[in-house]
Parts: sequence; C-alpha cells; structure tokens
Amino acid sequence: MVNASKQRIRGRGLIQLLFAALTNSFVTGFAAGKIYQGDLKRLCHPGLNCYSCPGAVLSCPIGALQAVIGSRAFNLSLYLMGFLLLVGATLGRFVCGFLCPFGMIQEWLYKIPFPWKRNRFRADTALRYLKYVMLVVLVIALPMLLVNDAGAGSPTFCKYVCPAGTLEGAVPLVLLSGAAKAPGDALPAGPLQPQALPGLPAGPPLLQGAAVLPGLEAQPVYQTGALFTWKMAVMALVILLSVVNYRPFCKYLCPLGAIYGLLNPVALYRLRMEESLCIHCGRCRKACLMCLDPEHRQNQPECVRCGDCVNACPTGALTMGFGDKRRTDETAGAASPARQTRG
Amino acid sequence: MSNAGRRPRLWIPLSLAGILLIALGAARGEVDTVFRKAIMICLECIGIG
Ligand code: SF4
Ligand code: SF4
Repeated sequence: MVNASKQRIRGRGLIQLLFAALTNSFVTGFAAGKIYQGDLKRLCHPGLNCYSCPGAVLSCPIGALQAVIGSRAFNLSLYLMGFLLLVGATLGRFVCGFLCPFGMIQEWLYKIPFPWKRNRFRADTALRYLKYVMLVVLVIALPMLLVNDAGAGSPTFCKYVCPAGTLEGAVPLVLLSGAAKAPGDALPAGPLQPQALPGLPAGPPLLQGAAVLPGLEAQPVYQTGALFTWKMAVMALVILLSVVNYRPFCKYLCPLGAIYGLLNPVALYRLRMEESLCIHCGRCRKACLMCLDPEHRQNQPECVRCGDCVNACPTGALTMGFGDKRRTDETAGAASPARQTRG
Repeated sequence: MSNAGRRPRLWIPLSLAGILLIALGAARGEVDTVFRKAIMICLECIGIG
C-alpha cells in the first residue's frame, strides 16, 4: 500500500549557509588578504567555490580541471573526471541546491524585491545549452589546445567568465590589499605579499601572473586593466540578472552545473513521483523557479533539487531522497539531509 | 503507480568508475598539480593579472 505521508524539505537555506561557511572558514585569509595553503586544498569543493577566495579551504573543481588540463604534464585530468563522476552519480545537482556557495548567493539576490521578476521567456530553453558550450570550449578545449611556448594552457573559463572568481577572489583580495592600481603601479607593502610555502623554495613571487618592477623583486604589481574591467562587468551583469531571474548563472553558464546536470537523470539522490497520489493540480510546476514540470519529468538535467515542488505538492505524490524507494513512516528521518515531517 | 524501479542503477558503476579514476589520477601525480595551483593566488584566474 502506498504511504501517503507528505515530505517537507526544510532547512535548505541553513545547510547552504553552514556548508559555505565551513568550506570558507580560513578566517585569517579574510583578515590578512592571504589564501589558505594547507593540505585540504588537495581536495575539491563539490560546488563552484573559487580557490583564490581568501577563506576557501578546498579547491574549485572547475579551476582545478583547467589547471590540470592546461599543465605541461597532463592533457586530461583523471582525478577531476573521477571526482566529478563520483559526486555527480551520487548527488547530481543536489550539490547546486544545497552545497554550492555561488548558487546560494544567486538565491539571495533573487529574494531582493523587484517588480519585474522574469523566469519564463522565449530564449530561455536555447540559452540553457550555453553552459555545455562553456564546458566543452572554455573549460576543456581552449586550456588544452591554446598553449604558450612552454606548453602551458590558460584557465580560460576562470579568466574570461567566472563571476564566482571575481566575487569571491578578486574583489576581496583587491579590497583587502587596497591594491587596485593603475597599470605599472607597484603594490605597496601590505598583506598581498608573496607567501612562504611549505616545501617550496623562497624566491619568485607566488602570486601568479604578477609583473615585477625592476628593483622591486619582492613586490608583485597588480594591474586592474581591461581584463579586470571585463570580469567586473560580467560579475555585475550576473548579479543584476540574478535579481530578476532565478539563478541565471546556474541555468545558462555554469560548466559544473552542466556536468552534474548530465548525471542528474541517473544520480542516486533523486525526485520520485507516486503517480497514484497525483491529482494533477499543477502546483509543483508553478512552484518550480527553474521552470520545470516535475509532474511529468522528475530527474531532468536542470533540476537543482531545491525541493520547492515537493513542498508545494498537496498529496505527497512527489518526494525527494536517496534511491527510488519512497520512505515509509518507519524509515522517515533516517536517510535524507533534509528533514521530513508529516503534512 | 510509482516511478521507482524503472531505471537500472547506473549510479553504482559510474561511482565505481569515479573512484577508479580518482585513484589513477592521484597515482600519476595530478593531486600535486591541483595543490600547487590552489595554494597560489591565481591573478590570471581572477582577472587581476
Ligand atoms: S550550477 Fe554551478 S554555480 Fe549554480 S549551483 Fe550548480 S555548481 Fe553552483
Ligand atoms: S523540479 Fe522541484 S526540486 Fe527540481 S528545481 Fe524544480 S522545484 Fe526544485
């Protein structure tokens, strides 16, 4: 017999906040304009979280993927492919709904009252394919193929697009150092100085890409030129769009969302529909800010597992959790990271 | 009728393949490449370089 207990997904905002705080808990970094250099950085964050953020204690999987692909030693990253496959096959885009700090920031922005909120428009579906272009062209192909004389590729997605890197890395570092200088200016002595690395010889500045003025070898120069202006413009656009459109970066641009989205249909964590309980009221479809139709398709690539449809369902036909089986009263509360209550 | 049980449990072989790839990548030294990149402020990445 079907168990008609209604599931409620609660505490998602708190989980998002706690996970973001935990994975950006290097408080010294924020105070001193430095970044964390400990062993945890060998591991990756499941979500998009810039490893040049002063607080970040883990690596960004998209930054790391480009770093390995663009390195002289490797053309492909088995480590990152394995990590993304493992996370994607088990959690899918649960990561987007619960664990990604940049997804959380966009949700906060969408909560800002604005008279003209717009999620459904004609180009929406086509634009969602753009994130796959980002993945294939900017994250994989260009770092692999566009190499310098030394054989090293550039992290093209980070460099030209990623607003998370600008917001979480560039902005705090520039603000903390007061280092937004015109091209050619030397950075004054301050927190953004080369940092001593365990196991690596002291010497050249560790702040990659920094130019060094003759006579100022110990002091990297920061240039906020055209590239910085471009990145700030992309970030500003994403921030503004996030006020009117729910998670525009996740829908249209995020290569990590693209990877997890491809794995969403087969992931262990999933949406489930008990068709005998569905009264076809359409409330789940109305509740979905990603503009999906969970009554008819539960595990499509765009579903970020926010649970809004589950909460909106009046009969308990929709549930969310690990595996295909609905939870019975006996097992309720044991498996899901979100709380389940009787409705 | 529930939609449960209609799909093979693909997440199992995919997860196992993921674990295998992680081990292979670690064995050939990719973790050090990630680490070296992640402990430096990548000015090129964040658009200041
Ligand atoms: S789509 Fe990207 S930015 Fe959005 S929540 Fe998922 S990983 Fe984060
Ligand atoms: S289908 Fe449900 S869980 Fe998925 S994004 Fe829409 S409301 Fe959220």
